Amino acid sequence: MYNFEFVKPATLADAVAALSGEDAQALGGGQTLIPTLKQRLNQPGTLVSLLSIPEMVGVCKTDDGALSVGGATTHATVSAEAAVDFPGLAGLASHIGDPAVRNRGTIGGSLANNDPAACYPAAALGTGATIVTNAREIAADDYFQGMFATALEEGEVITEVRFPVPEVSNYQKFVQPASRFALVGVFVAKYADGVRVAVTGASEEGVFRWSEAEAALSAIFSVDALAGLSVPADGMIGDLHGTPAYRAHLVAVMTRRAVAAAA
Amino acid sequence: MPKDGGIGASSKRREDVRFLTGAGNYTDDINLRGQAYVHFLRSDIAHGTITNIDTAAASAMPGVVRIFTGADFQAVGGLPCGWQITDRFGEAMKEPRHPVLADGKVRHVGEPICAVVADTLEQARDAAEAIVVDIDELPAVVDMAKALTADSPKVHDDLSDNMCYDWGFVEENKEAVEEAFRNAAHVTTCELTNNRLVANPMEPRVALGDYDRSSDNSTLYTTSQNPHVIRLLMGAFVLGIPEHKLRVVAPDVGGGFGTKIFHYAEEALCTFAAKALNRPVKWTSTRSEAFVSDAHGRDHVTTIELALDADNNFTAVRTSTLANMGAYLSTFAPSVPTWLHGTLMAGNYKTPLVYVNVRAVFTNTVPVDAYRGAGRPEATFQLERVIDKAARELGVDPIALRRQNFVSEFPYQTPVAVAYDSGDFHRLMDKLEAQADFEGFAARRAKSEAEGKLRGLGINCFIEACGIAPSNLVGQLGARAGLYESATVRVNATGGLVVMTGSHSHGQGHETAFPQVIAEMIGIDESMIEIVHGDTANTPMGMGTYGSRSIAVGGSAMVRATEKIINKAKKIAAHLMEASESDIELKDGAFSVAGTDKSVAWGDVTLAAYVPHNYPLEDIEPGLEETAFYDPSNFTYPAGAYACEVEVDKETGAVTIAKFTTADDFGNVINPMIVDGQVHGGLVQGIGQALMENAAYDENGQLLSASYMDYAMPRASDVPMFTVDHSNGTPCTHNPLGVKGCGEAGAIGSPPTVVNAVVDALQSGGHKVDHVDMPVSPARVWAAMQG
Ligand SMILES: Cc1cc2nc3c(=O)[nH]c(=O)nc-3n(C[C@H](O)[C@H](O)[C@H](O)COP(=O)(O)OP(=O)(O)OC[C@H]3O[C@@H](n4cnc5c(N)ncnc54)[C@H](O)[C@@H]3O)c2cc1C
Repeated sequence: MYNFEFVKPATLADAVAALSGEDAQALGGGQTLIPTLKQRLNQPGTLVSLLSIPEMVGVCKTDDGALSVGGATTHATVSAEAAVDFPGLAGLASHIGDPAVRNRGTIGGSLANNDPAACYPAAALGTGATIVTNAREIAADDYFQGMFATALEEGEVITEVRFPVPEVSNYQKFVQPASRFALVGVFVAKYADGVRVAVTGASEEGVFRWSEAEAALSAIFSVDALAGLSVPADGMIGDLHGTPAYRAHLVAVMTRRAVAAAA
Repeated sequence: MPKDGGIGASSKRREDVRFLTGAGNYTDDINLRGQAYVHFLRSDIAHGTITNIDTAAASAMPGVVRIFTGADFQAVGGLPCGWQITDRFGEAMKEPRHPVLADGKVRHVGEPICAVVADTLEQARDAAEAIVVDIDELPAVVDMAKALTADSPKVHDDLSDNMCYDWGFVEENKEAVEEAFRNAAHVTTCELTNNRLVANPMEPRVALGDYDRSSDNSTLYTTSQNPHVIRLLMGAFVLGIPEHKLRVVAPDVGGGFGTKIFHYAEEALCTFAAKALNRPVKWTSTRSEAFVSDAHGRDHVTTIELALDADNNFTAVRTSTLANMGAYLSTFAPSVPTWLHGTLMAGNYKTPLVYVNVRAVFTNTVPVDAYRGAGRPEATFQLERVIDKAARELGVDPIALRRQNFVSEFPYQTPVAVAYDSGDFHRLMDKLEAQADFEGFAARRAKSEAEGKLRGLGINCFIEACGIAPSNLVGQLGARAGLYESATVRVNATGGLVVMTGSHSHGQGHETAFPQVIAEMIGIDESMIEIVHGDTANTPMGMGTYGSRSIAVGGSAMVRATEKIINKAKKIAAHLMEASESDIELKDGAFSVAGTDKSVAWGDVTLAAYVPHNYPLEDIEPGLEETAFYDPSNFTYPAGAYACEVEVDKETGAVTIAKFTTADDFGNVINPMIVDGQVHGGLVQGIGQALMENAAYDENGQLLSASYMDYAMPRASDVPMFTVDHSNGTPCTHNPLGVKGCGEAGAIGSPPTVVNAVVDALQSGGHKVDHVDMPVSPARVWAAMQG
C-alpha cells in the first residue's frame, strides 16, 4: 500500500469538497478498493470515507412507494431492512460475499465499481432504479456503460439508489466456484406495466437487459413463457470457469429459476 | 467403554487451547530486535533472458539496506534436490542448477530475481519498484507433451531437452506385461489428468534469518515440516554453514500439506543476508506470492490400461505418465511420480504384472513436489478409474469386480517391489457396505430424480504406503537422506517427562497423541508428558513430518526410547526393593516385585535416579534420559474403502456431495478423535481437488488461478457430514505400536470416489460419458452432458 491521506467527513458537502481535491477517491466499505491498494494497483492521494455521512446511510420508503437505499448502506443493512418491502433485493444482498463483506461493503461502492460479475447492478437495472448522486439523478438504463464503466463523473458520489418496488421479484445467482461472485446472475422484477430481466456475470458488455425474455414474461409471467428462449453465446464471457456457451445456457436456466421463485 | 486416557482415548487436543485463543507462536510472531525486511522482486515473465539489472536508483532510496541479485550467489550452491532417479537406461536424471536468485534467465512466473532488504517492508517494496530489470522474453513452454517435442523451447539451455527422466518400473517386466496385454480377453483404457494444485496452508511461508557475530552462529526461523532437513540441505549444500553453527527453528506451523517440506530460496536468502548484513532479516510471504512460489502438487497426465482375462481377473496394468516438474527440481520432486507412485500401482489387487512408465518434464511453471498423498493419489486415481470403467464395459458390479481381484493373503509381495505386511480388504468392504446403506441407494436416486437431479454412487478402494523406509532401501532408490526418526525421552526427578522428537507437527496434534503412548506404557497421566519439537537445538536429528510417518516412525522411536527408560528404571526399582530385576513389573505407574506386595512408585524411582543416595552407582549411571533412532523395516500399508453419492444438477452441471462414507484400516489407533479429524480434512482436500481446485496456466506461462478469485477452495458448506470408520484396523506387523498412519488417506481415497460417482450419475441420465477430468466443475459436467 502506498501512503495516502484519510478523511472522514460528516456531511455530503464536505465529502464532495474533499473529493474535488487532486487524486482524491471515495471509500465505501473498502471491500474492492482496499485489496487493490494492498496490491499497489492504485495510488490515491486522499481517501474520503463516506461511512459517517448520516444522510447516505439507511433504507426507507419514499412517498411514491419506491425503496430508497442510502449510497453508503451496507449489504447487511439492506438484507435486514429491505426484507419486508422488497424481499428480492434483500435476498440478493444477503448472498453477496460472506458476513464480513456484507458488514462492510456498500451499495454505492458496488454500483460505482460495476464489476461485471457483481450482484447489485442486476437489481438496479432489473428494476429500472434511479441512481442519485450529489449532482443529478441517473436512470439505471443510462448508468451502466460496460465492464467497470458507469455514467459517474470524476468525484461524483452515489448518495442514494431509488428502487421502484416490484409486485414480485427474485434474483438467482449461479456462483463462480472460486470468488462466489455471479458466474451468471439474473434479476427478474414484475411490475403492473411489464417485466424487467437483467443479467449480470455473463456478458463482456457488463450487466444487460434480456429484452426477449422481458417481452415474453410481460405477456405471461410464467416459466413456460420462456420456453425456447435463449441468448446467443456470442459476446458472453469465456474464462477458466465457463465458456461463452455455458454462460449463455445459464442465463436461460437462471431466468427460469428466478421466475419460478418469484411467481 | 471409551478410555479416558492412554492409547485409544480421544484425548482433547491440548495444543488447541493456544491455537484457538490466539496464543500460538508462529514464525511470523517472532520479531527480533533490529530486524530488516526483505521483499522479493519476482519475475512476471515465464521465460526470458535477463539482459540487465539496474539497482542504482533503488539502492539510494530511503531505508534500503542492500539489494541482492543472482550475482551475490555465484559462490554458494544451488538449491539441492534430495532424490536422484535413475532412468530406464541406467542414466541419472537431469538435474539443472536451481539458483537462489535468478541467474541469467528467468524460468517461471514468480521466480525471485532480486531481494531488497530495507528497514521496513514498505520501503523494500518502494525500492523494488525502482529496480530496472530488462528481460528478453523467450517463448515459454507449459504443456508437457509440447515440451517433449523437438522444436519446443528449452527450459534449461544446458540440457539436451526438457525431459528430466524416462523411468520404467518394473523395467524387467515390460515384455511380460506386453505379452499379457496381447493375451487379454478384455482391455480397458483411460486417459486422465491429475490436476495441478496449490497447497494453500492457512499460514503462508515465513523465513527469519539471524546471525550472532560473537559466536558466528546462524539461526533460521522458518515455516517447516522438517527443520533438521532444512538445516542439513541449506547448511551443507547451499550456504556452506556446518550444522553446529546453524540452528533451524520451526515453531508452530499452520498447515503444510507437503509444501513446507522443501528447502526454499527465501530461507537461504534470509540466512545468508542476516550474516552478510549482521542483522536479522525477515520475509513473510503474501498470499499472492504463495501462489507462484510455494511448490505445487500433482500435475500428471496418464494413460492407463487394464488387462483382464475371460474370468475378469486382472492380468496386467500398464501406464504411461507425463509428470510435470516445473522449471526446477524442488527438493523431493523426482521421487513423487516414481517411487511414491509406481510402487502403488498394484493397489489392493493381485494383478501379477505391472509396468509403469513416467516421463518427468521441465516446463516454465512453478516447481511441483509432494502434496498430501504425493504420488499415491495419482496412482489410486488411475487405477480406480480404470477399474470402474472396466466394470461398466464388462457389465459387472464394480464392487464384485474389485472383490474378485482383492489381495486376500498377507504378507503379500506385489509385483511393484513393495510387500504388504497386513490388511483385510474384504472386511473393509464389508464395513463400507454395512455403513453406506447401498440398499437404500435406489430410493435416494429416485428422490433426487424427482428434484431434477441425477444421483450417482462411486466406490473406491485404495492402499497407501506410509512411513517410507528403510533407509538402506530408499538409499538404493535414490534418496539422498535417511528415513528414520528419533526421540529423546528425558525424565525429570519428580517424574514428569519431556520428549524431544524429530517429528514435527504442522497441525496433526502430536503434543496430544504422543503423550498418550507414553502414558499407556508407564501408567501415568498424560499431563505428566510434554512434547518438544521443531528446533534443531533441542531435538535429536530427525527427518520431520510428511508421508503419514509421524506415529509410525516417530512414535516408534519414542516407544524405543521409553522402553530404554523403563528398563533402566526397573534396575533402579530392583535396587530400591532389593529384588531381582527380572521380577520387577511396571503397572499403573508403580514398580512391584512379582508375587509380593512390595512396590515403589514411578516418582520414587525417578527421584532416586537424580538424587542417587540409595543407588547402584557401580552398575548404572545416575539420571534417566534415553535416545532412540528408529529405522522401520518396511513401509506401513493403510488401506481404505470409500463410497460417495453425488447429485448432479441436470440443468447447470453443478455437483453436490450428498453422502460420503469411509472404512479405513489405519492399524491401531492412538487417538480416534484426531484420526477422525485427519480423515475429515483429507476428504475435504480430496473433494476440493475433485470438484474445484485447479492451478491453470495459459500458454504463456501465466498462472490464471493466481488468487482466491479464481482458485476455488472447498468450504465447509461444500461437504456433507461424513460417516467415517477406522474400527477394522489390522495392526502393522513390524512397528511396536502396530500403527499405520492416517494423514493422507482422505486425500488419496476421495478424488476417484467422487469422479466415479459423477460418471455413474451421468450414465444414469443416459449420457454416454465415461470420464470427466478434474476438477469436475459445473462447466465441465455441463459440457460433458452436451455430448
Ligand atoms: C470476499 C469478497 C466477496 C465478494 N462477493 C461479492 C458478491 O458475491 N457479489 C457482489 O456483488 N460483490 C461481491 N463482493 C464485492 C463487495 O460487494 C464490495 O462491497 C463492493 O463491490 C464494493 O463496495 P465497497 O463499499 O466495499 O466499495 P469500495 O471498495 O470502498 O469502493 C469501490 C469503488 O467504488 C467507489 N465508491 C465507493 N462508494 C462510492 C459512492 N457512494 N459513490 C461513488 N463511488 C463510490 C470507490 O472510490 C471505489 O472506486 C465481494 C467482495 C469480497 C471482498
